Amino acid sequence: MLKLFLQVRPIAFIVVLLVTWQVAVNRHPGQLLPGPLQVIRGIGDLLQHGLLLKYVVASMFRVTWGFLLAAAIAIPLGLTIGWYRRAEMAFNPLVQIFRPISPLAWIPIAILWFGVGDLAAIFLIFVACFFSLLLTAMSAVHNIPAVYINVGRNFGLSTSDFVYRVLYPAVAPQLITGLRITLGIAWLVVVAAEMIAVSSGLGFLIVDARNAGNRYDLVVAGMVIIGIIGLLLDLGMRSLERVKSFRWGYSEN
Amino acid sequence: MSTQALMRPSVPGVKLRMEHVGMVFERDGKSVSVLEDINLDARDGEFICLVGPSGCGKSTLLNVMGGFLSPTSGSLTIDDEVVHGPDPRRILVFQERGVFPWLTVEGNIGFGLSKLSDVERHQRIAHYVQMVRLQGFEQTYPSDLSGGMQQRLQVARALAVNPDILYLDEPFGSLDSVTRFIMRAELLRIWQTERRTIIFVTHDIDEAVQLADRVVVLSSRPAKIQDILTIDIAHPRNLSSARYLEHRDDLLKKIGLAYAV
Repeated sequence: MLKLFLQVRPIAFIVVLLVTWQVAVNRHPGQLLPGPLQVIRGIGDLLQHGLLLKYVVASMFRVTWGFLLAAAIAIPLGLTIGWYRRAEMAFNPLVQIFRPISPLAWIPIAILWFGVGDLAAIFLIFVACFFSLLLTAMSAVHNIPAVYINVGRNFGLSTSDFVYRVLYPAVAPQLITGLRITLGIAWLVVVAAEMIAVSSGLGFLIVDARNAGNRYDLVVAGMVIIGIIGLLLDLGMRSLERVKSFRWGYSEN
Repeated sequence: MSTQALMRPSVPGVKLRMEHVGMVFERDGKSVSVLEDINLDARDGEFICLVGPSGCGKSTLLNVMGGFLSPTSGSLTIDDEVVHGPDPRRILVFQERGVFPWLTVEGNIGFGLSKLSDVERHQRIAHYVQMVRLQGFEQTYPSDLSGGMQQRLQVARALAVNPDILYLDEPFGSLDSVTRFIMRAELLRIWQTERRTIIFVTHDIDEAVQLADRVVVLSSRPAKIQDILTIDIAHPRNLSSARYLEHRDDLLKKIGLAYAV
């Protein structure tokens, strides 16, 4: 009974908030915010016109490419740099300069290089993910306990065996955490990128709904959908952390 | 004239030989001497314990023997071959965190066996699972094993590749006293059936007297060999016999001297 209550509690809390929101909007009808029912109707509208699915797919498409490209380049590069102390000494200042630059600052350059379109958005996501993943990979290598490296050497592994059987499994848990956080960043950036660089996707939906007739129900509908998809992405990545051969990296006991 | 003739004649039965081994670390521009003039022969199948005050360089010495560190002076040969690095024929068992947490018990024991056929590998794994008494835990990950089981697993992984020499770096140091006692008995049982050369670092005097054929007493840093005691009591040793206690007191006295240096 208590368990059921604990499971239901977060949902119950959301329901209470929604009801409060609706009541408040009913009492003071005005321009401040559309009510939840309006938002739900807005989502219904989007579904009806086939826009919801189209925009979600467009946003996911950009995130997927930007994120995967960044992972494919930044992780091997970061692991290599982290492994060789000299390489790290050479690269680190550069990384530290680029890292604090907001990915949004790259928007003009993205448009200059790739024009207005998918490529510019993908590039922005790539940039946002790249430095985050590079640093994750570098620090993951640093944190490998020396014991694992020594055991690997002791058993006479070839370089490729060492990478595959010691280095990779030793960094995997930290990489997965890094990937999860970075995917969150990518999802933040895609919305901003779509507001400026393209004419589709959830970010575009929000700007467009406001510009074309102050449809604030659609603005909030867009926000809600972004939030829900972000949550689902995070849950998906979290499920990786429960894989048995990764789990050791998370439970401190 | 062949190079064979130029080489120092090898002593039959000597497995590992250290001559004038020294180790100097450079730290912040200063040289710190950790090992000085270590001369030691380990016979094939011998059980040697290295004891000495903590921080004296016992682990450094073991890492040199294991090939993880090159001595800055002197020579280290195993089977008359100069040691150039770690080698699967000599496995070092670490004090803790030595097992791979991402592999199951089976995966860990089979870690060094990838060159064997599947059938052979499974036989070998099953054999050593049984030897270290981890039956029923084959699919368990180390995080679900106790400290003692993890150390047994590490020993099994080492033995599975048939090493000539087993180096153990305070392998039972982090275990409770009852578990340590059981682990020593298990190690002796394994040593008596498998007959490898064992070099065992410990700071526990009882452990040394209970296990070793010879106990090497190291001085405080820089570590030199202060004394070598032969414990000529047959196994299993009666830990309250007069001879055992005599050896123990003797060792205690010598370590006391080592600490005072």
